[in-house]
This record gives sequence, structure tokens and C-alpha cells, in this order.
Amino acid sequence: MTQAAVPAPGAVPAPIPLREIAPWALFAGVVALVLLYLVGFDQGVTTLVPGEAIHEFVHDGRHLLGFPCH
Amino acid sequence: MMRTLLVRGMLAGLVAGLVAFVFARVFGEPALDGGIAFEEAMAHAAGEHDHGELVSRGVQASLGLGVAYVVYGIAVGGFVALAYAVARGRLGPLGARGTAVVVTLLGFVAAILVPLVKYPANPPASTEDDTIGSRTGLYLLFVLISVALAVAAVVLARRLAGRTGWWNAVLAATVGYLVVVLVVGSLLPAVAETPAEFPAAVLYDFRIAALGAHAVLWGVLAAVFGTLVGSRSSAPSGAADRAAVG
Repeated sequence: MTQAAVPAPGAVPAPIPLREIAPWALFAGVVALVLLYLVGFDQGVTTLVPGEAIHEFVHDGRHLLGFPCH
Repeated sequence: MMRTLLVRGMLAGLVAGLVAFVFARVFGEPALDGGIAFEEAMAHAAGEHDHGELVSRGVQASLGLGVAYVVYGIAVGGFVALAYAVARGRLGPLGARGTAVVVTLLGFVAAILVPLVKYPANPPASTEDDTIGSRTGLYLLFVLISVALAVAAVVLARRLAGRTGWWNAVLAATVGYLVVVLVVGSLLPAVAETPAEFPAAVLYDFRIAALGAHAVLWGVLAAVFGTLVGSRSSAPSGAADRAAVG
């Protein structure tokens, strides 16, 4: 990513090439999806981590964030 | 560049999650307690006894609620940073800050506001346990459709902008998104299983608080992320002579 020498505030920034974004999008996207799954869905309709500890711990957040919960 | 953007998105998400947690704690917890009180009254009437709690109500309403909002905020901040990376420099006259705000607000409308109008947040004891599968499936389906339609609307606006100008292109894409998403929303089955005796005030307060906490979270995210990407040190500009907004 080449950067212009003088950043002009408010100017239209240069697009980032999609092939530079792709590997970050894949990796960070998967990590973020796993986080959302653990907060919103695990030990509810599906269970990857056994038990009910996660569900019970984030119970209030799951309700208030609007995820379907028991 | 991508590393910096992701760090800034997650940082903004962390701040947004913390602020939304405070909002949810103050305005959401009373309604949530109302739902639990109804649940316990029903269980008591049915002659059931309390079985030991795995996590105490106090922890659920403080640390658990905070961790849920912060983790959610960080994840959403990551997604917003990725969407911003793709959108930056590709949305006509929008500068760094304008792009950050537009991307975040579009995310809020498409992923939260529209799906929650159709399938609102539910307090404890206001839904049937057995329907968790179908409720989760319908909710996720509508979120995915709404986000996909919003992305399509942005692509459409970009295509139209060359011929009609950005104002008309954005108007047309907005109307297109709303019409299609409303048709889809009207075709998807409704979920109506709140017990008749469930207190209406609790249900109303809970749903407004849940939507409010989301508005706080995404609003703070837009403000903080926009500030971070708009700072001087992070503005590698393309054509500085092009007119820019934001």
C-alpha cells in the first residue's frame, strides 16, 4: 500500500486493493463469527462447547442483544 | 493498512460495547428482571421448585452482561472495519470519516434495526422453549437476507451514480432496498407466542431497551471509528483534488 506524502484531511482516500483485503477478511471474519456464535448462539439451539456455563454467563446479554434465547 | 484498520475497528467496538453495557445495565436489566419475576411466578404456580443456579443473577446482570456486550462490540467492530476497508475510496465523494459513518449506519439498519422490527428481542419467559430452533433460523435468515440486500443496494447505487448522479442513485437504491426487504419481511412467518398474561409493560420496556442499547452501541462505534480513521496520521489520500465529503 503506497501512501501519499501529504495526507489531505477530508479528501477521498485511495481504495485498498481487494486482494490485499481478502486474507484479512477471511481470517478476521472467521474469528469475529466465532465470537458472535459464542455470545449469541452456543449452548442454545446448537452446542459446540459442552455444558451451560457460557449460556448462563452471557444470559442477560443474549436476551438484550436480541438473540433468540430459550 | 489492514492491520491498522482492524485494530481501530476492534478498539472502537470495545468502547462501544462498554458504553452500550452501561445503557443495558441501567435501562434493560429492570425489564429483564420483570421477565424473570413472571417466570418464577409461573413456576411457583405450577408447583416447581428452584433448582440451584449455575451463575448467580448478580453475575449475569453485571460481569456476564458486560462481557457479552464487549465481546459483541469487538466482533462487530471487526466486521465494520472489514466493510470499511472495502468501501473506502469506492463510495463516490465520501472521505474517510463519511465512509466510516455510512458503513456503520448501514450495518445498524440492515443487520439490527430491520431484523429486530420483524423479530424483536424477547425477555425471559415471553417465548416457548421448544421453538428456539425455528426462531433462531428465521432470525438468522432475515439478518442474512437484509444484509445481502443492503450490499446489493450499495452496488446498485454505485452503478447508477455515473448516469443519474449520487443523490438520485442513493434514493433509488434506498427505495429498492426498503421495498424488497419489506416484501421479504411480510412473507416470512411471524413469531407470536408471548403468553397472554405476560406483562405488556415489561415486554415493551425490554424491546425498547434492547433496541436502544443497539443504537447506542452502533452510534458510539460510528463516532469512535470515524474519529480514528479520520485522524491525520491515518489519511493516505488518493486524489486530493477531488471534492470530498467527510
